[in-house]
Amino acid sequence: MATTTLTAPTEHACGPLLAAGHTACTGCGEALAAKLVLGAAGSNIIVTSATGCLEVFTTRFPQSSWEVPFIHSLFENSAAVASGIEAALKALGRQNEAKVIAQGGDGGTADIGLQALSGMLERGHDILYVCYDNEAYMNTGVQRSGLTPFDCMTTTSPYGEYSWGNKHNKKDMPGIAAAHGIPYVATASVAFPKDIENKVKKALTITGPKYLQIHSPCPLGWRSNPQLTIKVAKLAVETGLYPIFEIENGKVTKVRKVKTPKTPVEEYLKIQGRFAHLFKSAEAKEEIQKIQEIADRNIEKYGLA
Amino acid sequence: MRLDLGAIAKAGTSKANQTGSWRNFKPIFHQEKCIGCSLCKIYCPEGCVTMVEKKKYTVDYTYCKGCGICAEECSSSDIEMVMEEK
Repeated sequence: MATTTLTAPTEHACGPLLAAGHTACTGCGEALAAKLVLGAAGSNIIVTSATGCLEVFTTRFPQSSWEVPFIHSLFENSAAVASGIEAALKALGRQNEAKVIAQGGDGGTADIGLQALSGMLERGHDILYVCYDNEAYMNTGVQRSGLTPFDCMTTTSPYGEYSWGNKHNKKDMPGIAAAHGIPYVATASVAFPKDIENKVKKALTITGPKYLQIHSPCPLGWRSNPQLTIKVAKLAVETGLYPIFEIENGKVTKVRKVKTPKTPVEEYLKIQGRFAHLFKSAEAKEEIQKIQEIADRNIEKYGLA
Repeated sequence: MRLDLGAIAKAGTSKANQTGSWRNFKPIFHQEKCIGCSLCKIYCPEGCVTMVEKKKYTVDYTYCKGCGICAEECSSSDIEMVMEEK
């Protein structure tokens, strides 16, 4: 049987592994996150991606932005396809030649792809799963997902007379992943690129299933200024609404502390159009208070103060 | 367009899309007050900011979509966004 090389061409090894010319919106947090993940992982990887923005803007057929082997399958089975690749590499005795990275958006991870991901985590495949969390189904026009935050306005959770937006809390996806008893679970944010690099590098040295969730602002869906992508991401972390932590073998081992005195959640909410309805009436103050309580609970739960 | 078996696309071929035409505002790298923190390069979602030499960065206008993240995050305010007329 003829063997083909699994690695990307060496001339690309020093350059960005996600080529320019992709069609992500201006100021896209997900494009930035994917670029940082690939940069940290290096060229000896095989990546899969669930359907979603990432897949659509990087693979406008017949073109591709990927400078590494890339497979797109369906919305729900990024983790299952990656499991197959990992099993095939093992069967061929070539598991040391390339690492496998599965990717998905928040919908493709926490809703549609959850059972495939759970299977991958349960079977113990040596794969890093990266979830780019932009907090709604952005590709199809901003519909709410399991990772959409409380009181957020999306096209399927509109603000109106009887609604303050999304009435459900954000699903604790890192907690669900950690409950599988896997060796490494972490969250990160595009505002802290060095942290992403460290976490990807660390994860790839660990054998077994790993889960990394990266908060990636979407200027289109969040109705924020593209220029402020990093600022928005930073405020989510500083207010405590997006806790950054590492869970190793079920124990929280590292967190990013928030500044004291703590930043009020209004700072984060007011620069995004998806929360604009919370600043229109006096009754909305109560809703902002509820969001502040979510942030306070996070700070207490993970010891961020 | 022909679809081959497996619908395989060649690596990095998206470079054919010159996304610079999307731009409304253009970042001007003054290269005067630059302290070389490289945040513009790190934070660019297109990956089109490159280092020419130490404390001197430049942007590839063929792909820059003009999001302005580089200008916003520049630690020495050395990048300016100007309206582009075409």
